[in-house]
Amino acid sequence: MANKKVQYSTKQRRLVIHENVTSYLFLLPFLIFFAGFVLYPMFMCVYTSFFDATMGREDIFIGFQNYKELFQDEVFWIALKNTLVIVVVSVPVTCAFSLWVASVISKMPVAATSAFRCIFYLPVVTGSVAVTMVWKWMFNNYYGIFNYLGKDVLGIMDKNVNWLGDEKYALWCIILILLTTSVGQPIVLYVSALDNVDKSLVEAAEVDGATPKQAFWKIKWPQMMPTTLYILVITTINSFQCFALIQLLTSGGPKNSTMTIMYYIYYSAFKLYRYGYGNAMGVILAIIIAILSAVQFKVGQEK
Amino acid sequence: MKNFNRLDAEQRRAKIYNIVSCIVICLIAFTFLFPLYWIITGSFKTKTEILSSTPVWIPSEWVMTNYENLMSKRSAPLFDFTINALKFNLFGYVFTLGETITITGPTVPAAIRWLVNTVFMSVTSMLLTCLTAAMAGYVLAKKRFFGKTVLFSLIVCAMALPKQVILIPLVREMSALNLYDTIWSVIIPIVGWPFGVFLLKQFAEGIPTEMVEACRIDGASEWRTFTDVMFPMIKPGVGACAIFTFINSWNDYFMQLIMLMGTKELTISVGIATMQGENSTDFGILMAGSALASVPIIIVFLVFQKYFTKGITMGAVKG
Repeated sequence: MANKKVQYSTKQRRLVIHENVTSYLFLLPFLIFFAGFVLYPMFMCVYTSFFDATMGREDIFIGFQNYKELFQDEVFWIALKNTLVIVVVSVPVTCAFSLWVASVISKMPVAATSAFRCIFYLPVVTGSVAVTMVWKWMFNNYYGIFNYLGKDVLGIMDKNVNWLGDEKYALWCIILILLTTSVGQPIVLYVSALDNVDKSLVEAAEVDGATPKQAFWKIKWPQMMPTTLYILVITTINSFQCFALIQLLTSGGPKNSTMTIMYYIYYSAFKLYRYGYGNAMGVILAIIIAILSAVQFKVGQEK
Repeated sequence: MKNFNRLDAEQRRAKIYNIVSCIVICLIAFTFLFPLYWIITGSFKTKTEILSSTPVWIPSEWVMTNYENLMSKRSAPLFDFTINALKFNLFGYVFTLGETITITGPTVPAAIRWLVNTVFMSVTSMLLTCLTAAMAGYVLAKKRFFGKTVLFSLIVCAMALPKQVILIPLVREMSALNLYDTIWSVIIPIVGWPFGVFLLKQFAEGIPTEMVEACRIDGASEWRTFTDVMFPMIKPGVGACAIFTFINSWNDYFMQLIMLMGTKELTISVGIATMQGENSTDFGILMAGSALASVPIIIVFLVFQKYFTKGITMGAVKG
């Protein structure tokens, strides 16, 4: 490249400068917000994680102390374990469930498809607070619908269960609610991916005697790989970020059984006012997510 | 012939599978709708019906007490804003121009104020995001400039990282800027979030470059090219971006929770959440609040559903 350096005439150079200046003028409004309120905090997150930072005094540099303490913190390991349980359970279930729902509803008439798509998206739109409130009521020890169903209708329980107050069940209740709020987007994506599958290939396969099952797994599924990859990545990120449910339902309890990293970050930073410690955890979380996404991309691309 | 029989059996099995899965999906869809039904009916139930251990499926009488209780709990001015006096510091002398004026609206139940705040927040962040994202998306798709690749990779990286990670530094930044505990501290980070730019770049890339060039040759200014040619053509994308931002900012609970403190600054989600702290088992009030928080946004979603679906799918291709 170096020896093929093109000599620009003055006019051309002026054009290039003009293009650059106008481009940056157009970008300016966005760049102010993006640099100031996304990139700068990201940088500060890493930077502050090396400090002992709290309210109302100067930050004190402590090197890797926060990280060292983090790896010895028992609660952090519990939080990491719970977060991974949530991710490992909810990501495959969400993907498989939404693929199944999408494959069934995409064969329906257009109106029915969009109605179902809407219904499955509703919990997302309803908003985490409203959804959490109603589930809190449904899980309630005395007035909840689940105890009524389990005890009086199905008869599988002999006494009321305190769903959210019991270490054995609390995390699973959270995962159940998380599932209902996370399948909406994957279903929308899969329905549109199924629409975009090359119809002539499917028809050709059918003429050659492929069963519907074969046509689905051999023809449609490989074509939807990019969508699946995207869904895997966003569901993973969403499951890591599950926060409102935990803050409003259990606050990490009972006995840290629903403590997740996201909630622990919030707790350290805004209850204990240990900003540096919270940021160190944020950095670790970001690294974990980055590694997982990279692995998913690698595996997906090889397929 | 034998093969034909196998296919026939296979098709019959596929048909049965289809019917069964349709029924199962209808049942599941019903359970997805149920929480919403439970919120709305719950908000009109009497206290005894709410607290009965056998669920009351349909309220025997529809009462407004829950809403009345919700409204009487706290109060706040409908709106208030302050125009600060202008102060100049000239060689040590401080000149004051005008005076500080505070305009306060009539006192209303806090829930109304929260709704006003939420609508203001969502609409403002939607408008700002659409404008900045349309401009940036156009440039990223159609122009060549220094540092384009770097900027685009920064945008993609930022999108892949959890938003919540930057919240702690954001809180400190907002307090340094004196914006903490104002609605702007929630709006500004939403505008900076690059999803809209990414989405509109995808849209703008689909517009033929010849259109833009022809416009330039005809002598239109850069700004005219954008407003008269580009913007109308990416309108569906802008619609998708608008509705997406609106719904997401309405429901962005975590950010609102940590940025907003005072009664009159809260949004409806955080307001309901704080009420839950005070009356944790008064499900009637909580359901009334949840209905207030969710029904408006659900209506918006249903009306603009088409754009919304487009936004989700467009943002994903090549993601």
